[in-house]
Parts: sequence; structure tokens; C-alpha cells
Amino acid sequence: MAHQSEQQGHAAHESTYRTTGPFTEWLDKRLPILRFANDTMMSFPTPRNLNYWWTFGGILTFCLAVQIVTGIILAMHYTPNADLAFGSVERIMRDVNYGWLLRYTHAVGASMFFLAVYVHIFRGLYYGSYKAPREILWMLGVVILLLMMATAFMGYVLPWGQMSFWAATVITNFFTAFPVVGKFITEWLWGGFAVGNATLNRFFSLHYLLPFVIVGVVALHVWALHVPGNNNPTGLDVKGKQDTLPFHPYYTVKDGFALVLFTIVFAWFVFFAPNSLGHPDNYIPANPLVTPPHIVPEWYFLPFYAILRSIPDKLLGVIAMFGSIVVLFLIPWLDTSKVRSMRYRPMMQWFFLFFVAACGVLMWCGANPPEGNFVLYARLATSYYFAYFLIIMPLVGMIEQPRKMPESIAKPVLPGGGGAMPARASAAPQTKG
Amino acid sequence: MSETHAQEDVTRRDFIYLGAGAFAGIGAAVALVPLIDQMNPAADVRALATIEVDLSSIAVGQQIKVMWQGKPVFVRRRTAEEISAAENVDLKELKDPATDEARHANQEENGAEKPEWLIVVGICTHLGCIPLEGQGEYHGWFCPCHGSVYDTSGRIRKGPAPKNLEKPKYTFLSDERILIG
Repeated sequence: MAHQSEQQGHAAHESTYRTTGPFTEWLDKRLPILRFANDTMMSFPTPRNLNYWWTFGGILTFCLAVQIVTGIILAMHYTPNADLAFGSVERIMRDVNYGWLLRYTHAVGASMFFLAVYVHIFRGLYYGSYKAPREILWMLGVVILLLMMATAFMGYVLPWGQMSFWAATVITNFFTAFPVVGKFITEWLWGGFAVGNATLNRFFSLHYLLPFVIVGVVALHVWALHVPGNNNPTGLDVKGKQDTLPFHPYYTVKDGFALVLFTIVFAWFVFFAPNSLGHPDNYIPANPLVTPPHIVPEWYFLPFYAILRSIPDKLLGVIAMFGSIVVLFLIPWLDTSKVRSMRYRPMMQWFFLFFVAACGVLMWCGANPPEGNFVLYARLATSYYFAYFLIIMPLVGMIEQPRKMPESIAKPVLPGGGGAMPARASAAPQTKG
Repeated sequence: MSETHAQEDVTRRDFIYLGAGAFAGIGAAVALVPLIDQMNPAADVRALATIEVDLSSIAVGQQIKVMWQGKPVFVRRRTAEEISAAENVDLKELKDPATDEARHANQEENGAEKPEWLIVVGICTHLGCIPLEGQGEYHGWFCPCHGSVYDTSGRIRKGPAPKNLEKPKYTFLSDERILIG
């Protein structure tokens, strides 16, 4: 019964799809959706050496799905009105069946989403996943990051607590930094002369819309991934069949295992420390006449907040903060090294380690008041953040002597190299290390 | 002869393409106007443009906060020390130079100088927080968000804010009543 079609499911590799009966054969001629699913999610040739840092793509897909499902449900009970919003959220927590679980999952889920995306980004930075031919893949990722930030910010405003209100005020006031047009832009964003009911309504509308925009860009991101295929810890190109394994079962199982571990952490926060990642002031209803004494954003925005505050000029501070994301778009061209993976880059490894540390310092400074030594630390870390991309990346790539690299992906994995190995290795995936 | 004809056809075709393209482009741009303008303050929001404030209950050295257009306005009755501190400042020291005369209730609003009344919008010109009264080294206001310090004239003295606290438009209806807006 098996029918082999001439049709090529995907440009990057030959289709391995086999129809299983008359119906699938009939369907395949009309809408080859099963072929597409097979070739992209089952037989897709994936480098055999992917480590656990590569499981975060799957984890992020899970996070997006959790946020959309819990969010759609929360919207059924939430009231986007400045007088009623706070009360409706408390009603979800106390009266709606399992409302507490859904809301805590959604709120903690945002933090988990950012945790996973930051690991995913650092993974890409370390292994050079932004380099040719994956520039578009990387840039789409940065677009997703920006959309996630906008969505998370607007979602945080919806409970209409003190932190919601003042976060909305501070963030929308970024636009007043721009000369002449600033005032008009902010009034346009607010729908009034200050953050108010009109602002809350439009934020709710957009908070509902943007996740679906993210789904769209994720589809492009995955498409752009499937053209060159995955990068891998060696950064070497796939040279043949001996370097790859089919995505299923090898990576579905590996991703699945990592996802289980991730959901344990997720569940621990939801059930044992649901408010530990938030700020207690957000349980005080919004009051436009009183600013809380110490405004801090959610933890995942702290590094950017620290960059904003480390520059004493308003406009330059705002530009630096936006610039810290915009610079990510440029790194495929700022990195001059011919070697992708930092595994073989003895100097850059250290600069990368310091970069991660600088992001940690920025987070720590962002959480503290802008006084005393925190100002100094934040300025040093901000300088290093930009120097890493704008000076270190181009220069080190030119002067660094890379380590000796293996001949292929299969070589360091299999003693004696690839050749006739794939069949045996497939039967014994533990050799993958 | 036929060659000229063909050339003419090409020119006419180009004109139609350009014309149709321009028409569709302008049409689309005009259609965007209501979609964008709906986000600006609505008529009911714009209508709440003025409020009256009774000053008689404010003691010397006291400040009250009133809401105007959804924003807090500080109405502060300054002490003699606060006034002299605000007056004795070298304008060269200031980030956004302004004399105290231009900041307090003056001829424009009232027809007479009233240095004891300082009426400013209570929104930090950095990122919109509400500064705390009487705090900071100039005893004017201190913004807890990013550390901007204002003096007793509401002028920016330290920190990231670029401008002095904004002075709203107001008029004295009598010695003890003002109209803001």
C-alpha cells in the first residue's frame, strides 16, 4: 500500500513521508499536511550532538501555549475598567472555580517564559547561532523578544494595582523624552492627559492581540530554522547523514524530558511561591495621587531598567535602553569571527562569561534604589554590555586564535568517526553523550 | 509609425499604473486617520479641563494635591524661608533656568505678585512619578522613582529629570479661589 510520491516535502531534505492507506494518499494529493508534519517534526534531520541548552525552544513553545490558554480563560472573568479591574482580579482569585490556579499559572508563566527565553538567547550567543546562514532566524527571535516585552508589560498593567499603574506611567513616559512630538505621542498612547481608563482598555485589547502576533512570528522563526537546520554545540555545518538523527524520537524525547524538569520548577512557583516573583504593592488598588516609595519592574525587566537609570540624561537613558535590544539585531554582522561556537574560542569564552555576569549585575542594580555604589556598578555593567557587542565582538573575532576544531559533528561523538556508524548509533542513543 | 504607437502605449500604461498606485496609497493613508486618531483623548476626557480650588484652608508651609485632567496638581503655600531659598539661587546653577518670579503666582495670573503660592503639576518631568513633598536636599520635592530633586520653586536641581515641574494655566478668581485650566 505504501506509496512513494515524487513530491518533495521540504527543500532542505528529501521527504521521507509514506502514505499509509487510500485516505492519506487521497489527502496527500490535495493538502500534504501529514507530509509536512512528518518532514518537519518527525524525520527532520537534526544534529546528533544537541545538548540540553537546545531544549528551550520546545519549552518556549509550551510557555506560549500555557499563556494563551490561561489568558483566554482569564479574559472570560476579567473586567477591563479602571473602577472594576482590581476587584475582578480579586474575584478571580477568591470566587471563580480554580481561578487562583489559572491566574497564578498565568502570572508565574510570564516569568517562566522570560527565564526560558533568556536561556535560549544566551545559548544562541554562546554557540554563535546568529551567524550566517541564520541571521534572519536570529532577528526574528529578537522581534519575538520585543513582542514578549510589550505583551508582558501590558499584561502587568491589567490588575490595576499600584505597581500596574505606576509601571504604565513610567513606561509610557519614555516617549516624552523625544523632543516636540513626545507629548503628543504619550497623550495618544494614554487616550487622556494621564494613564487612566482609556489606557487600561487599549492595553487589554492589545494584550489579547499580541500573543497571536507572537504565534505568527514564531511560525516564521521555525520556518527560518528549518531552512538551514539547527546549529549545534560544535558550530560545524552538518556534512552528511552520519551527523544527524531524526527529530523523532531522539529530540522529542529529549525535549520532553527537559520540559518535565522545567514544569516541576514552574509548578513549584505556582503552588509554593506564587507571589515571590511579583511585588506586594500590586495588591494595593491603583492610586494616581500616590507613587509607591520604591518602584521596580518585574525581575525580567530589571537589567533594562538599570541601563535606563545608569545614564543621567533622560533622552539618552531612553535611547540606551531601547538600544540595548536594537543592538541584538546587528550582532550577526558585528561578530567578525569565522568560528561559530565559543567552545573553540578561548578568548571570547571569557568575555561571554563576563557578559552574563554584567547582565546579573544590571539585574541586581535594577532591583535596588539608584543610590551610592549601585549607580557606579550599573554604569560599569552598562558600559560592558554595549562594549561587548560594539567593541569586543568585532575586535576579538579578528585577533583571536581559535582552538583546533573537529572535522565533523560525528567525529567527536563517535570513536572512529562517522562512516558506517549511523545505524548502530541510532540503536544506542546514549553514545550521543 | 507602429513603433511610435507602441511607445505611446507604454507611456499611457505607466501613467495608469502610477495614478492607480498613488490613488490607492493616498486612499489607504486617509483611511488610517480615524483608526489612529481614535486613540487620542476623547471629547468627554477633553471636557474635564478645569477645576476650582479653595485656598482658604491651606496653612503656611502646607501643600494640597488636587486632581486636574487626571493629573495631580500641587498647591503649596510657601514659608518665608522657602521663598527666600528659591529667590537666592544663581540661575547659572540651574538645568532649566527660571526665576522664582516666573514660577510662583504672579502678575499674569493675578495682577499682583503672590510669592507664597506655588502651583505646579505634581508629575516628575523624568518619567511621570509623583514627587514627595518637603524631601530632598533642596526641601522642595524628591522623586522616589529615579532620584530627581526639585527646589522650593519646583525647579529641577539634581537627577535625571530634564525640566522644572510644569506650571499649569490658572487664574485667581478671588484672593482665596483659583481656577486651574
